[in-house]
Amino acid sequence: MEISLTEYKRCDVVTVNGRVDSNTAPRLEEALTSIVDAGRFKIVIDMTNTNFVSSKGWWTLIETQKKCKRYRRGEVVLVNVLPEIRSSLDMVGMGSYFQIFNDLTAAVASF
Amino acid sequence: MKTSSFPGRYDSLARVSEFVVEAAKDAGLSSEEVYSVELAVDEACCNIIDHAYGGEGIGELKCSVIVDEGKLTVILSDRGRSFDPKTIPDPKLNVPIEKLKPHGVGLYLMRKLMDEIKYEAIPHRGNVLTMVKRKRKDAA
Repeated sequence: MEISLTEYKRCDVVTVNGRVDSNTAPRLEEALTSIVDAGRFKIVIDMTNTNFVSSKGWWTLIETQKKCKRYRRGEVVLVNVLPEIRSSLDMVGMGSYFQIFNDLTAAVASF
Repeated sequence: MKTSSFPGRYDSLARVSEFVVEAAKDAGLSSEEVYSVELAVDEACCNIIDHAYGGEGIGELKCSVIVDEGKLTVILSDRGRSFDPKTIPDPKLNVPIEKLKPHGVGLYLMRKLMDEIKYEAIPHRGNVLTMVKRKRKDAA
């Protein structure tokens, strides 16, 4: 899994390429924690090239969403989630916790 | 039947995935069905590492695949601790996000994603988990 971070004026974009599983999720958690610890709570996760997310990966995103939504200070949104991944997310009822965009520009503009 | 053994560590998960995904494609499953298999197997392997062995680097994961036309059987075995699946309740979902907890999500996913699951605890030997996924007849 490769992560890249881009800071914009109103949000941060985290691009996640590859697999998010128990092996790689800690690195994603570290990246998201660094953003939240810096006091930034509006985060776009670009999943255009994310090909797998296990429940460990989703928990990392959920924990970050909890922190961002607290006090209504921000949120985590997702972009370009593969249909199969979206389906598994909905299966565990977690789809409702994230806004999902089909376009990165629209996701960034939503903030 | 093809069998491969993997060290019980998280860095084995990608290789286990490759192994079962190839078999799922050979069985003619759709891309969504292949992903379901990949995810269910990943969740099962994590449960073996976390709970059967109690951590990484303690034991091995043995994975066998049986490919039939339109049907894949995956058998995972380990030599770790056994458990009673009936004691693991379904996770509480569709609750306010602050109340969401991770316990039981892996097992719940496995049950929803696969068509059949059979778990056997073999006294003094370990555990065998058999999962089956069939191609949907109306799927492309």
